[in-house]
Amino acid sequence: MTPTLVIARLTVQELLRRRLFLVLVALTLVVMALVTWGFARLPTLGDGGRELGRTEVVAVASQLLILVGFMFSFTLAFSAVFAGAPSLSGDVESGTALAILARPISRAEFVLGKWLGIVATILVYALPTTALQLLLVDVVVSYVPPRPLEFVAFVAAEAVVILTLALALSTRLAGMVGGVVALVLWGVGWIGGIVGGVGLAFDNPTVTHVGTATRLILPTDGMWRGAVWALEPAAILETMRQAGRAAAANPFFAPDPPPAPYLAWTAGWVAVVLGAAIWSFSRREI
Amino acid sequence: MIDEPAIRTRDLAKRYDSTVALAGLTMTIPRGAVFGFLGPNGAGKTTAVKLLLGLARPTSGEAEVLGVPIGDRASRRRVGYLPELFRYQPWLTAREVLALHCELAGIDRAAWPREIADALATVGLAERGATRVGTFSKGMQQRLGLGVALLGDPELVLLDEPTSALDPVGRHDVREITRALRDRGVTVFLNSHLLAEVEQVCDRVAIVDRGRVIADGTLEELLRGETVRVRVTDLSADGRAAIARFGDVAEEGGWLTVRGIDAPAVPDLVAALVRAGGRVHAVETAHESLEDRFLRLLGGAS
Ligand SMILES: Nc1ncnc2c1ncn2[C@@H]1O[C@H](COP(=O)(O)OP(=O)(O)OP(=O)(O)O)[C@@H](O)[C@H]1O
Ligand SMILES: [Mg+2]
Repeated sequence: MTPTLVIARLTVQELLRRRLFLVLVALTLVVMALVTWGFARLPTLGDGGRELGRTEVVAVASQLLILVGFMFSFTLAFSAVFAGAPSLSGDVESGTALAILARPISRAEFVLGKWLGIVATILVYALPTTALQLLLVDVVVSYVPPRPLEFVAFVAAEAVVILTLALALSTRLAGMVGGVVALVLWGVGWIGGIVGGVGLAFDNPTVTHVGTATRLILPTDGMWRGAVWALEPAAILETMRQAGRAAAANPFFAPDPPPAPYLAWTAGWVAVVLGAAIWSFSRREI
Repeated sequence: MIDEPAIRTRDLAKRYDSTVALAGLTMTIPRGAVFGFLGPNGAGKTTAVKLLLGLARPTSGEAEVLGVPIGDRASRRRVGYLPELFRYQPWLTAREVLALHCELAGIDRAAWPREIADALATVGLAERGATRVGTFSKGMQQRLGLGVALLGDPELVLLDEPTSALDPVGRHDVREITRALRDRGVTVFLNSHLLAEVEQVCDRVAIVDRGRVIADGTLEELLRGETVRVRVTDLSADGRAAIARFGDVAEEGGWLTVRGIDAPAVPDLVAALVRAGGRVHAVETAHESLEDRFLRLLGGAS
């Protein structure tokens, strides 16, 4: 195995053996049970015990699922930060990096291995839980969102973006500091997306540019919009499109998928920030 | 390649902001030597090792390890390292830590079981291979670190204070391990301030203080000469001046101490004292220990 893959495997092992991962999985299962129970009750929620019609169930289920999806993406982004922010700084502080980096392994391989390991762990967590949740919703209300694969891809991409940032910060900052910075930036990105939407709704180019700028500087909210779009049924998209610009400010709505150039930008962003992390860690004294 | 020295440095220097950790280290350590790098706390010993392993970057100067410039990953290919302050992944077992390092060191997978069993046995952890490293005592961690440094037949082993947490048995084991390495022709670079230990195993030493080498050579070269204590009275000032040529002279409570004197010159010293009118009551000679020499050097440097 190449040194990069050895470090990646070690990182996955470390994350899976930590209590954090077990707690996360346990809590996720509890939340999923609650969500499923809620969805199962959905058809009986009409006024005075009236059964909801099929169209209504789909409308409510889809919007509810978007909220659940947001919670999920939030948890995932948080976990990615918790995994990434202490990873390099923690190894340097504890002295575990000393023995490893004295082996014939380059700093780039070490950083890349850490990144790959955390990305793999994110996927190991995100794919089965999303699949299970969507399956459970399908079982209880027979509703499947239109683009489940795209949803997972966008949510995972959001986590990878914030993870890459946290990892880059951890080349220089202590775990707590880097983690807080990454989370604050994630929040700023989210608000920036809303601000941009408000600008669009009120036709104010300056405010719109602020939103666009934050989406370019930190593509987490852009990825979240992609995830929302993947969950919107065609009927809702149609209605909301007719609402026009007014809907743009809603952080839980996206009329269109992120355009291909934006996806390319995001991929480039991850590559550049990862490159910066490697550069920074290569100059770090152990 | 084999003719290359194990370590060669030229004006290797490291500065942390205003602290000079290493001020221009120039040395050559031949292959197969057991080299003791001695110095008080903060002298720059750990810094030197970290520079050699590419863990820190030199401010200036250059160095080669096994013929490859430092910082190049190939320079670490045949090197074992026991860090001074370190921890292994606490959630791995001792055996898993050793396997990880076998893999990173590029050791053939078929050889792992033997390498791991040998390392555990050598450092006295044969029974604890399946124990999580997080539960190890400090000394057990250090033993494991030594085992890690020995994996895969390294050509050079760098040990940074290998016995700092060890019990007397452990210290004895480290001496035995070092001797076994020397017998196999492995170069050992030993950082220490435990002089008795260095004296027992090293063939060459360098003494560093505040980032500078203040003495170096083989132990014989460094400890050449005896220490003579003479109880003498009625010695004139001229007499005192006359014996300065024999070595470092100190006087305390009627005893003159002359350090670094050649053994055959002792009768000449006594004769000189008598000629100067001194009345000699007693003469004691002793071989100077590394500790005396060390303290004397450091005293002179301050
Ligand atoms: N990362 C660092 N940042 C700032 N100063 C440092 C750093 N590492 C070492 N120093 C300084 O460099 C000098 C040499 O330190 P070094 O650790 O090499 O000493 P040492 O000889 O190994 O001492 P000891 O016997 O205590 O282990 C000290 O003055 C120390 O304060
Ligand atoms: Mg030290």
